[in-house]
Amino acid sequence: MHAEREILFRESAAAALLDPQLRANFRRAMDGLISKRQAQFPDPRDLQELRDLSTAIRSRSLLRLPELLEQLEASCTKNGIQVHWAETCEQANELILGLLQARGAKTLVKGKSMVSEEMHLNAFLEANGVEAIESDLGEYIIQLDGETPSHIIMPAIHKNKDQIARQFSQKIKDAKYTEDVDELTAMARKVLRQKFLEADAGLSGVNFAVAETGTLCLVENEGNGRMSTHVPPLHIAVMGLEKVVADLESVAPLYAILTRSATGQAVSTYFNLITGPRGADEKDGPREVHLVILDNGRSRIYADPELRATLRCIRCGACMNHCPVYTRVGGHAYEAVYPGPIGKILTPQMEGVGVRHDLVHGSSLCGACGEVCPVEIPIPEILVRLRREATHSDPGSQVAGKGTGRLASEDWTWRLWAAVLKRPALYRLATWFATRLGGALPAGVPLLREWTRTRTQPVPARRSLSERMRAEGGSHD
Amino acid sequence: MTDARTAILGRLRAGGGEGPLPPLDTAVMERRQWPPAERVARLRRGMEAVHTEFLDATPADWPAVVRAFCDREALPNLMFGPASEAGAALAAAWPAGGTQLLPYDRPVEAFKEELFTTVAAGFTGTVGGVAETGGLLLMPGPAEPRLLSLVPPIHLALLRASTLQDSLWHAVKALGWGRSLPPNALLISGPSKTADIEQTLAYGVHGPKRLIVVLVHDLA
Amino acid sequence: MREVYFYGTCLVDLFFPDAGMAGIQLLREAGVKVIFPDGQTCCGQPAFNCGYWEEARDVARAQVALFPRDLPVILPSGSCAGMMKNHYPELFHGQPDEAEVRAFSGRVYELTQFLVDVLQVQLKDLGEPVKVTWHSSCHAVRDLGLKGQPQALLGQLAQVELAPLAREHECCGFGGTFSVRQPEISGAMSCDKAADAEATGASVLLSTDGGCLLNVNGTLEAKRSPLRVQHIAEFLWERTHAR
Repeated sequence: MHAEREILFRESAAAALLDPQLRANFRRAMDGLISKRQAQFPDPRDLQELRDLSTAIRSRSLLRLPELLEQLEASCTKNGIQVHWAETCEQANELILGLLQARGAKTLVKGKSMVSEEMHLNAFLEANGVEAIESDLGEYIIQLDGETPSHIIMPAIHKNKDQIARQFSQKIKDAKYTEDVDELTAMARKVLRQKFLEADAGLSGVNFAVAETGTLCLVENEGNGRMSTHVPPLHIAVMGLEKVVADLESVAPLYAILTRSATGQAVSTYFNLITGPRGADEKDGPREVHLVILDNGRSRIYADPELRATLRCIRCGACMNHCPVYTRVGGHAYEAVYPGPIGKILTPQMEGVGVRHDLVHGSSLCGACGEVCPVEIPIPEILVRLRREATHSDPGSQVAGKGTGRLASEDWTWRLWAAVLKRPALYRLATWFATRLGGALPAGVPLLREWTRTRTQPVPARRSLSERMRAEGGSHD
Repeated sequence: MTDARTAILGRLRAGGGEGPLPPLDTAVMERRQWPPAERVARLRRGMEAVHTEFLDATPADWPAVVRAFCDREALPNLMFGPASEAGAALAAAWPAGGTQLLPYDRPVEAFKEELFTTVAAGFTGTVGGVAETGGLLLMPGPAEPRLLSLVPPIHLALLRASTLQDSLWHAVKALGWGRSLPPNALLISGPSKTADIEQTLAYGVHGPKRLIVVLVHDLA
Repeated sequence: MREVYFYGTCLVDLFFPDAGMAGIQLLREAGVKVIFPDGQTCCGQPAFNCGYWEEARDVARAQVALFPRDLPVILPSGSCAGMMKNHYPELFHGQPDEAEVRAFSGRVYELTQFLVDVLQVQLKDLGEPVKVTWHSSCHAVRDLGLKGQPQALLGQLAQVELAPLAREHECCGFGGTFSVRQPEISGAMSCDKAADAEATGASVLLSTDGGCLLNVNGTLEAKRSPLRVQHIAEFLWERTHAR
């Protein structure tokens, strides 16, 4: 899924910043999520130990990835779950369409799955005559408006209830206008339960896939995941190939840190372990369960020991909840399936650092993301690495689009910068000019022009510290 | 898609996951332990915080407690798994008249619509509970079908205090889930809920609107 | 007599020389001989963060060469200290002079860190009652790992009230080149930070970092706010010396 054209984060972010409603919606939601997460980790020692354990579990999974995937496949197959592999989103889509068509399935209810967003599965199925219905309430809300998720956990977080009330009253048959959240929820329940009842097939993502037991773990609050995976006769699960863990013991810590990091819940309403289709004597459950394992660039990320940490991600969304940039521009400004800090490192690796170079510069490198990441992904360091990849073409690197994403003036600017700053005499000359003339620079010169959009022009001191210390003499070595 | 499999695994192997596996220090999981009586209180606190309701019962009177609830709520019917231990005990003690006991004894295809539209409540047993966070452990199967705890608007679950585990971590070990699992097993901590509209909690979005735990106090 | 090196940093050198002087004076007053090698320029962080590591290395190498003796190197900046302490080893990984650079990095301290952890200074407040607020620079806290040393110093000043800043740990929007490459987002963050700072009712916003100060100051000035910003070193020096 390589993007063809350069996508400038700055432009979409600037547009988003002009929407006061959007900014208020995100600010309120993120402030709430930050304090809820904080309340779940009262003891910093417990938190650090749980992060260390979770990081170790995910690192071990990645170190043994090919072996664990084979074990997962064998265990699933033994349990009656049919396993399929897809190198690309196109392959995965075709595979799923094939499964549906072979069984004459016309409607598919979906539990929440970011991988299916990555595949743009809904649009593909619609184009091929299969109705795909999002059943997570947030996903349902945005599907009604033809939107994409603006957050990986809370897809409709950009909307407030007035907007949803208007939308429901217009798009749901016989719906009255109400801003009451319980009533809005009840409307969606009514529509979607009918869909669950009638659907020919269900689709879900996978939070963790357990190699040893061949189990697919699903974390959710609404019950739509269980509905999608237990009610229709066919269940198709899609997962990125990094989701595998060795054993169920390893899942417990990951689950504990996932819900707490994501929504500040100690536990989700449901933690659903699927280890097979309907058993011989069972009276319900799907007749068939299929697991689609998707690569889509992940094996390339995997090949780089530093970038591999990206694949530790358990998709909790804490990095976006704590990101000062995401909080202000919201998820859509990223023009990517995965927004926020994790999206800033994942998207350029999937689509190319060249076309996405502006995204990797869309961070102040404040480090809030890395600080809260439950599996300690060094997001700021990886951003810096990708900035380097975008501007340099290291022969050993496998990063997509390497060396193709720089500003026109960038190379010589840094060369000039280094040429001055490694020579004290030149620096001295430059600072002499700056201190004497700095305040007189016209505000229209590049960089200063950007700086002074919201700030006054910085005025250098009349004499630099070095100059004063030189005048003082004495303390020089 | 054998070729996709080969290509993916080939790339991953070439990408090389060498290096020693980092050690796992599970102390933070292990030390989440409580005495049995405190486990009950913790589970209850955790689950009540997410709108789970509790009915106190004894090993002898729990079927009557379930019945009293059904009478109080004027439930037209209650679906159960007749082949399960709890289901059989419930049926044996169920007085005639009032709330009708509906056995889930045939494939769902035979009555899917009815299950979605006319069944008022579902009754299941549990295989344990999780003290740390609150939560019930269920292993649906032939005797207790999966949808009993999902589709009806009310889910009544029988929980024996003696079966509580400290945490999910401990439960996985105690129940042997780490080695083998039935086609479905799950943890339930409350009624179905969502916060997808303005972070406002709303209960009963897709699954049960109410979760009633019939707590059997059977600790010595 | 204890000796230390002082590294001014480019932003303090050019925009906050008084803060640099104050830092040096605070160290001297604690009985330390301060050596300020001539020829300092920049730690190299801007190029490092933009991925121009060769250029960053050239500049960094020139800085390391100025501090040959086995003495602590004190910086009036959490961000630059974090760069020199934590990122130089990364930047010089596999380079012939890696060992030398690592040894240098091991000697780096941010000013308040050194004042509190090593010198254990005791300050005496001579100023009038004042309400201040604290901006914890992201790099000082998350990168360098500053843990309350500035607050400990402010806590020694009897007449200084420290008003909590809402969202204290949120970035002010500076981010080096981020401020000019993404000026809209950076500006939005800066304006929010300025508003949170004004809401504290403090008369001064303090920080360890010139970048944050330059950014917040420019934003406050643009909105003609009465709130001013000051580097903590300068504030501490003023409070402990009658003018």
